[in-house]
Amino acid sequence: MKFGVIVFPGSNCDHDAWFAVNHNLGQRAEFIWHDSATLGDIDAVILPGGFAYGDYLRCGAIAKFSPVMAAVRKFAADGGLVLGICNGFQILVEAGLLPGALMRNRNLKFMCREVRLRTETLDSPFTAAAEAGQTLRMPIAHGEGCYVAGERTLDELEAEDRVAFRYVENPNGSMRDIAGILNAQRNVLGLMPHPERATEPLMGSSDGLVIFRSMVRAVATAPATAAALQPAAALRI
Amino acid sequence: MSTLAITPDLIAQHQLTESEYRKIVDILGREPNYTELGVFSVMWSEHCSYKSSRLHLKRLPTRGKLVVQGPGENAGIIDVGGGYVIAFKIESHNHPSFIEPFQGAATGVGGILRDIFTMGARPIAVLDSLRFGPLDDPQAGPRNRRILQGVVAGIAHYGNCFGVPTVGGECIFEACYNGNPLVNVFALGVAKKEDIFYASAAGVGNPVIYVGARTGRDGIHGASMASAEFTEESKQKRPNVQVGDPFLEKLLLEACLEAMQTGAIVAIQDMGAAGLTCSTCEMGSRGGTGIEIELDLVPQRETGMTPYEIMLSESQERMLLVAAKGREGEVFQVFRKWGLDAVTIGAVTADGLLRVRQHGRTVAEIPNRELADEAPLYDRPHRRQVAARRARGPSGVAPIPNAQDALMALLASSDICSKRYIWEQYDYMVRTNTLAGPGADAAVVRIKENGVSIAMSLDGNSRYCYLSPREGAMLAVAECCRNLATVGAQPVAATNCLNFGNPERPEIMGQLVEAIEGMSEACRFYGTPITGGNVSLYNETLGEGIWPTPVIGIVGLMQTAAPVTRDFKTPGRPIVLIGGIGECDDLHFGGTEYAKVILKELWGLPPALDMDYEKRVHDAMREIIAAGLAESAHDASDGGVAVAAAECCQGGVGAALDFDADLSPEFLLFHEGPSRILVSTASPDAVVEIAARHGVAAPRVGITMKHALAIGNRGAALVSVTIDSLKAAYEGSLEKQLQS
Repeated sequence: MKFGVIVFPGSNCDHDAWFAVNHNLGQRAEFIWHDSATLGDIDAVILPGGFAYGDYLRCGAIAKFSPVMAAVRKFAADGGLVLGICNGFQILVEAGLLPGALMRNRNLKFMCREVRLRTETLDSPFTAAAEAGQTLRMPIAHGEGCYVAGERTLDELEAEDRVAFRYVENPNGSMRDIAGILNAQRNVLGLMPHPERATEPLMGSSDGLVIFRSMVRAVATAPATAAALQPAAALRI
Repeated sequence: MSTLAITPDLIAQHQLTESEYRKIVDILGREPNYTELGVFSVMWSEHCSYKSSRLHLKRLPTRGKLVVQGPGENAGIIDVGGGYVIAFKIESHNHPSFIEPFQGAATGVGGILRDIFTMGARPIAVLDSLRFGPLDDPQAGPRNRRILQGVVAGIAHYGNCFGVPTVGGECIFEACYNGNPLVNVFALGVAKKEDIFYASAAGVGNPVIYVGARTGRDGIHGASMASAEFTEESKQKRPNVQVGDPFLEKLLLEACLEAMQTGAIVAIQDMGAAGLTCSTCEMGSRGGTGIEIELDLVPQRETGMTPYEIMLSESQERMLLVAAKGREGEVFQVFRKWGLDAVTIGAVTADGLLRVRQHGRTVAEIPNRELADEAPLYDRPHRRQVAARRARGPSGVAPIPNAQDALMALLASSDICSKRYIWEQYDYMVRTNTLAGPGADAAVVRIKENGVSIAMSLDGNSRYCYLSPREGAMLAVAECCRNLATVGAQPVAATNCLNFGNPERPEIMGQLVEAIEGMSEACRFYGTPITGGNVSLYNETLGEGIWPTPVIGIVGLMQTAAPVTRDFKTPGRPIVLIGGIGECDDLHFGGTEYAKVILKELWGLPPALDMDYEKRVHDAMREIIAAGLAESAHDASDGGVAVAAAECCQGGVGAALDFDADLSPEFLLFHEGPSRILVSTASPDAVVEIAARHGVAAPRVGITMKHALAIGNRGAALVSVTIDSLKAAYEGSLEKQLQS
């Protein structure tokens, strides 16, 4: 399986995602430059953490205008798997691919620590390999990770089982302890914690692999995704 | 402006002495113009020229079998095997951080990061050594709290956005830093050995290319500001502090590393202190060449800038490089990809001169070598310190509490308490190489490519150095090496940042000379050549100097593996004190944290150091770790063995310790004798056997247990406290002090 990792100017977890996929997951990853019009023959795309365009104006507010985002939108619309991590989640929200907004942490400070996440649904290509209610340990590292949305949106997310992860101890003030959410089609996941930083024992946790392995399994078994419609790509798993 | 008359007043304003001015006239064979005067004044400032310290710095050991590049370049370089090298250095940004804490600290990080990647190395770790006035100081407390928060936020802002993990450091509080905080930033990068770049201009006719941010009027005379004492007027120097843009620096990093791969770059240097002036004349001087630039071609942020302003601007995020003639296009293409300005502003010449033109006219013409390397050199008078050898004052200044209350007070004290509030604001794991982060004895970062990990520690104890600059400096080196041994690493090289007061005062100069001697002797002994660093003098405000604060950063190597960490892991494990409880008397107790926090005094001498014994403790420790025998390890330093034990309990597993020592409870628990490491192990006999082979005492002092820490001496209980209360004292204390 092949992952594409988008490189925006200011992305700084792009190498980490690439390394996690290539070395710790045993799949292939390649970088996609932000001004590409297409994503190439990939099976899933990762929007990595960092400070795209310096996060000037507002996190993700400039990145959403990057040429590559049109391709990401189309990829998502065609059913491709899109994973936004940290700054990538912020970009997906700004781009309208996920609802809500990410505001400054409750304590108004950048926060780097390990947190525990509760897997809230197994019904997604990002969580299917988890056990029901499984607690995952992985780090957060963000200044603007407080998830905020209108009450109706929050109710809708819950009613449609689109809250993928909640914090066991809420570090940043996120509404309803939300750490990660899915889009309505369930093929786009945004989360503030960093699964790529938890993919081998030396990193202190390997729990992030649950998310990546779920994606691998989904691509291998679901012929409905756009990527799988290209036989050459699908065979490469 | 270039025609401005050079008057004695103007010369004095540029902090040049009469004799320095005469030397300038000699070099030029004429009077300098205004621009040239400015150029000389920054290059010959203390900050850039090391004119007071150079003579003494020559004593530092700089060679070693792993040293690829010693002092004199942008950073030192060490061979770490497998075709890879590391580049590292520490630098101060003290003065700017006092005037504008957030931007001062941020640009301190930015400056040292550029020093690393200008060598072709990708930065993979930052550590900070910070000194502030007490947070509860009756007068300066509110300002000290504001400075700390600004500095920490500035470091976080820059490092986090740039994408380099801030993996460790230290933070100490003393009243002598009330008017002069210290912000020393260490950075380390990794490169392939064949990809190292140097800042030595070569090839007559090769284009000189300017990259990165545009030049503005910010930071003019920053280097000179850093070379003078603070006065009431210093606050007006706020515009001299530069503003950093970490996003731009991130782009610059990626673009520079990519451009270096083209093979079209001959030399490269960042524009830091003294900006365009320093980068041009230093590159020319190193290469024995001249450099000619046309200022009209320099990208400018403001209109109407004079040659003086352009040459002295310290605008951030700029680099100067020399490309191979005819291959500029390849370089421009890379920078264009990253959205950065890159323009040819001049060329390398054969005449050895720095020639600056504007509108086609020559506005400055100075020999590079004389400007960069022949700055005045001073053997300033120095007076050896007559040690403040007064004995302990009349106890009763503060009532001496029982041992347990003292331990709790120490754990909550600002020097010792957990600095989590600070380091949680830093992304300490980006790049996924951090094996041991903040809070560990030494930070450990792996190099993914070659299976080697780098351990790093910063240390400096100004209380010890106040009592004896020489012994204090030696103790700092010993502690750094011990920190590395505690995680299993072998120290290989060092960098230093020497923070002192006004060198024109003989007693300050005496401290500097003694500290360099001590550091030199210890670094020689421990096999850690100093490959670069920084001297920061004039750390004074209104005539009040800081205590001598030499900070040492030592790097060590180890095979990549999960490092041994501080916390006790499993109840029921025997605890061994490698090195033994040591000795102490009243004379050597006056510099301890106990003396500071509990007695509120400072007297006598620093703890006594036996360098050879210390080294054997390190060797034993490394062997114990290599044999896989240590389940946890933590050295006893600030606050003594009781504080060390309490820190080991922070993970939730406690201990029962019973010593067998002829020491008073005060000395036993809180003396800060070096050469001691607490180890918990499932195989105490094997540990003791290894220690014995190295001639090191290794008494079994107790056993780990659940829920509590109990300490006694020969059966007499001294401390008995739950882990929850230890944690409550240790964690959260700093945040509380900041909110008060």
